[in-house]
Amino acid sequence: MNIPKFMAYRRENGRVGVRNHVIILPLDDLSNAACEAVANNIKGTMALPHAYGRLQFGEDLELFFRTLIGTGANPNVAAVVVIGIEPDWTDRVVRGIAETGKPVKGFSIERSGDINTIALASRQAMAYVQWATELQKVKCSLNELYISVKCGESDTTSGLASNPTVGNAIDKLVKMKATCSFGETSEITGAELICKSRATNSKVAEEFMNTWTAYNDFILKEKTDDLSGSQPTKGNIRGGLTTIEEKALGNLQKIGKQARYVGVLKPAEAPKGKGLWFMDTSSAAAEAVTLWAASGAVIHLFPTGQGNIIGNPIEPVIKLSANPLTCSTMSEHIDFDCSAILRGEMTLDQAGDLLIESIVRTANGRFTAAEALGHREYVFTKLYRSA
Amino acid sequence: MVQLLIHEKSDNVGVATEDLKAGKTVNGLWMDSQKTVKMKSLMDIPLGHKIALVNLKVGDSVIKYGQDIGKVVADIKKGEHVHIHNLKTRRW
Repeated sequence: MNIPKFMAYRRENGRVGVRNHVIILPLDDLSNAACEAVANNIKGTMALPHAYGRLQFGEDLELFFRTLIGTGANPNVAAVVVIGIEPDWTDRVVRGIAETGKPVKGFSIERSGDINTIALASRQAMAYVQWATELQKVKCSLNELYISVKCGESDTTSGLASNPTVGNAIDKLVKMKATCSFGETSEITGAELICKSRATNSKVAEEFMNTWTAYNDFILKEKTDDLSGSQPTKGNIRGGLTTIEEKALGNLQKIGKQARYVGVLKPAEAPKGKGLWFMDTSSAAAEAVTLWAASGAVIHLFPTGQGNIIGNPIEPVIKLSANPLTCSTMSEHIDFDCSAILRGEMTLDQAGDLLIESIVRTANGRFTAAEALGHREYVFTKLYRSA
Repeated sequence: MVQLLIHEKSDNVGVATEDLKAGKTVNGLWMDSQKTVKMKSLMDIPLGHKIALVNLKVGDSVIKYGQDIGKVVADIKKGEHVHIHNLKTRRW
């Protein structure tokens, strides 16, 4: 098999990244201002403001740390400055990121104030950015990448063409021994038994069913009358979808026809090996892609029907659509127009190959549409209220 | 130019890729094998909606993506529109 090559960054722990970000990472909401000031002082760095990090507890706190540490640990990130209000949790994030071997340093605001913290952190950020900008790309193989997939604003063209195109690429990537991940736990409802049957063995199948059941029970407990019972939605029905099975199967086209998933991941948990992994995620685009980026994914494939415009600060998002109206009215958001499939002028196999070509170009450094447009949605998944 | 796509060999419905007019002959394409078919649409079928490739009886399974997507609740003739009036989920 001919495995495509490209030039990218091999990090201290051997993982391959396709971007070279120096990020200024706030531990908590209070530290966003200082991080943004540092990123403004030092060009070539990027602050990642977010809304959380105070008085979380239990599993919700664990997920918070996994998300924050995972973001810093992602191979698309060269070095990290962490700023937090207090030193203990700041250190916990620094230590977590430092396990990758990459440069990381933490600063805390208590006992020094924003201005002194910004000064110290800016000097560190400057040293990091000058070091990172001198790093040289090396030749890497496509099967060294970790790629995530999720669709959004789906319509009938998604199930017909753009999702199966991603599925075709996933089958090929898994065959090359790349690492891939899919999720959207709630959207699998209707095809959960088919998804279960795609597990590599009965233990993984059972883990998937437990994860799906827990999410579904939560939705049924919290729902008013706008979820689950009314799937597919009125808009879906107008578009031609009749049953929830049909809707879920359209979504599941993204994992291809042959690939079997080898394990089930908690939200933001890193895969433990190569192959296809199921991750327990929300179906909300920005939340889900943030979780995958935190699990170490370096490129995301995002098929859309009506035109979801999501991006992520550290994981390039490649968008494809088979809806000719979306591709013409929102062309600046779409990296790969696969509407020729609907006219019978392009096979899924050809579309899958073109999508892989798009992955290789992105890995080589070409900005995706979302990157060029500055879409940096960084949204944490919160499991329940803070204390 | 095709006006109808069919996902897999075992499917008994296809999906209109443009608005189909009743009585019109449409060109269908199987996406897995690239095999083609010509058939007559018996009803107006909007883009994105399903058309029956064979006659279907009450209780039969409608197959799309090679999978059961629900049960037939009113007999359907080849070329007719398949939607909420004659297809129901097996879930509820």
